[in-house]
Amino acid sequence: MTAPISFALDDAPLEQVWARLDLVMDPELDEPVTDMGFIEAVSVIRTAPDQNTSTVHVSFRLPTYWCSPNFAFLMAEGIKRQIEVLPWVGQAVVTLQDHMAADEMNAAINAGASFGTVFAELQPDEDLAALREKFDIKAFQRRQEVVIKAMLAMGFLPAEIVKMPRALVETAAFTDPEAARQKIRYLAILDEKHLAPSPRDLAFPTYQGARIDDYAQYMDLLRSVRINMEFSGSLCRGLKRSRYQEADLSGDVPILVDFTAPNLTHACR
Amino acid sequence: MYVTPEGKEIFVVDGHAHFWDGSPENQKNVHGKQFIDCFYAYHTGLSPKEQLWEKSKFEKYSPNELYNDLFIDGPDDIAIFQTTSLSDFYKTGFGCIKRTSEIAKKYPNRFIVNGAFDPRDGEKALEYIHFMKETYDIKGVKMYTAEWNGASKGWRLNDPDAYKCFELCDKLGIKNIHVHKGPTIIPLNKDAFDVHDVDYAATDFQNLNWIVEHCGLPRLDDFCWIATQETNVYAGLAVALPFIHSRPRYFGEIMAELLFWLGPEKILFGSDYAIWTPKWLVEKLWAFQIPEDISAERGGVQLTDEIKEKILGLNAARLYDIDVAARKAEFAAHPMSIAAE
Repeated sequence: MTAPISFALDDAPLEQVWARLDLVMDPELDEPVTDMGFIEAVSVIRTAPDQNTSTVHVSFRLPTYWCSPNFAFLMAEGIKRQIEVLPWVGQAVVTLQDHMAADEMNAAINAGASFGTVFAELQPDEDLAALREKFDIKAFQRRQEVVIKAMLAMGFLPAEIVKMPRALVETAAFTDPEAARQKIRYLAILDEKHLAPSPRDLAFPTYQGARIDDYAQYMDLLRSVRINMEFSGSLCRGLKRSRYQEADLSGDVPILVDFTAPNLTHACR
Repeated sequence: MYVTPEGKEIFVVDGHAHFWDGSPENQKNVHGKQFIDCFYAYHTGLSPKEQLWEKSKFEKYSPNELYNDLFIDGPDDIAIFQTTSLSDFYKTGFGCIKRTSEIAKKYPNRFIVNGAFDPRDGEKALEYIHFMKETYDIKGVKMYTAEWNGASKGWRLNDPDAYKCFELCDKLGIKNIHVHKGPTIIPLNKDAFDVHDVDYAATDFQNLNWIVEHCGLPRLDDFCWIATQETNVYAGLAVALPFIHSRPRYFGEIMAELLFWLGPEKILFGSDYAIWTPKWLVEKLWAFQIPEDISAERGGVQLTDEIKEKILGLNAARLYDIDVAARKAEFAAHPMSIAAE
């Protein structure tokens, strides 16, 4: 019988948690949940004084009460999985706040239940694996477009883009910060999907691994993917800011919400 | 009437406006509170700072405020009001046809009040359509395919019950069907905002005009594909337009896609009042040009003055049989006054 005990932390465990959280994407936007400001609080509680494992609590919240539960579920699942990778973490407890389906969601995530069993009644034909794949494709295409455009800006021609080897992209130095950021992420998703494993492989294959056939048509596709994702992205940012009173109505400094949770060691950024 | 900086008079039909009561007194439950809060977040998230409202005015504004924002301070000549019942969330409905029709009576020819129905109500929906036609002579309706109704968390335009309703609309001359296909509001069924059902309904009901509000965003490509195939599918700019302030380049991309695929005759201005007010939207739209590089990727499409005039009023006037010349003359002879109350 041991009650959870809070303890003062040096920064290291929290930093490790935040670093793992940076790897969790909003699936619809392909942006880290940390950058989107969705993570409200992180706390670490040692499970027992004589043990080396801890429980990590993460609470997060979304731009609206109505955000799709399936997207929220993917994020909650990602948060739990990423944090439980850390060797000193016994369990990650994830709490979604201020959401229409928060209770069902939180119970399901922390019990390790699948989305389908919990939301069967509401979304009977939901196939979360298929949804995840759909978002992976969009993420791939969006990152790829940024990198292709950055290569074009360096003077490469479409005919060169379609047959360019991966090595050329790896060594390209982009001055635009967004291009530089997306290059790292693009190479990461190439690796993750086992596309272009060798430096001589095509830098810009399709998601199916084929060479781009009709360049103009392919770029139209990438553009439409980006337009849709940007819509959701900028809307979500605006709504998130407004919902949590970060909008500047007064002309004064934006009001930041007080994240304090009693009786817990916590941190936020 | 919008008068351009060059002095040209532009007839404005605001294709998407609301007269709602989202006040705490009218809220039935937490969903009602969260719904108006979400709208307010749209307002504060995308408006220029000097256009922001206090929360209390946003929750419930008076007929005088509405009249001023649209027609006196604002450039609207005619505004089309969409009914949004949300009766599970609000005691007397959120945007109620009765309330809106009452103020519409005071200002002849300025308001077009659309109805709403839920095909899942079956026979009752058909009766209600008859009632709305007889009582309010509606010319259009607003559909929320993601609205909850009992155990159902959404429906599709090509459901058999919906087709019975559209057959009746066709018969009664209710020919403008506005469909909310946009960002998720009540999204449990993620497919409820999928745009593909528009394709079926528009093919099967050629006499009806299908105005897809928020142009299907964030499914613009699917929407453009459908609207290109179907001559009777239109794009409503509500929610897309405010990006002209916060993300003008991005707005240019949306307009380039719409002009390239749909052409200038099938795009309708809408403020989505009171989420946004029409004055700043119209001013910014008139001053806007699609950036050169974006236009070049889309066959050189551009927002010329002539095209803007169509978007701001002439396209909607065509759908709603508005005699622009007659209305212009009438409104010029009877300028609006805030004292009409």
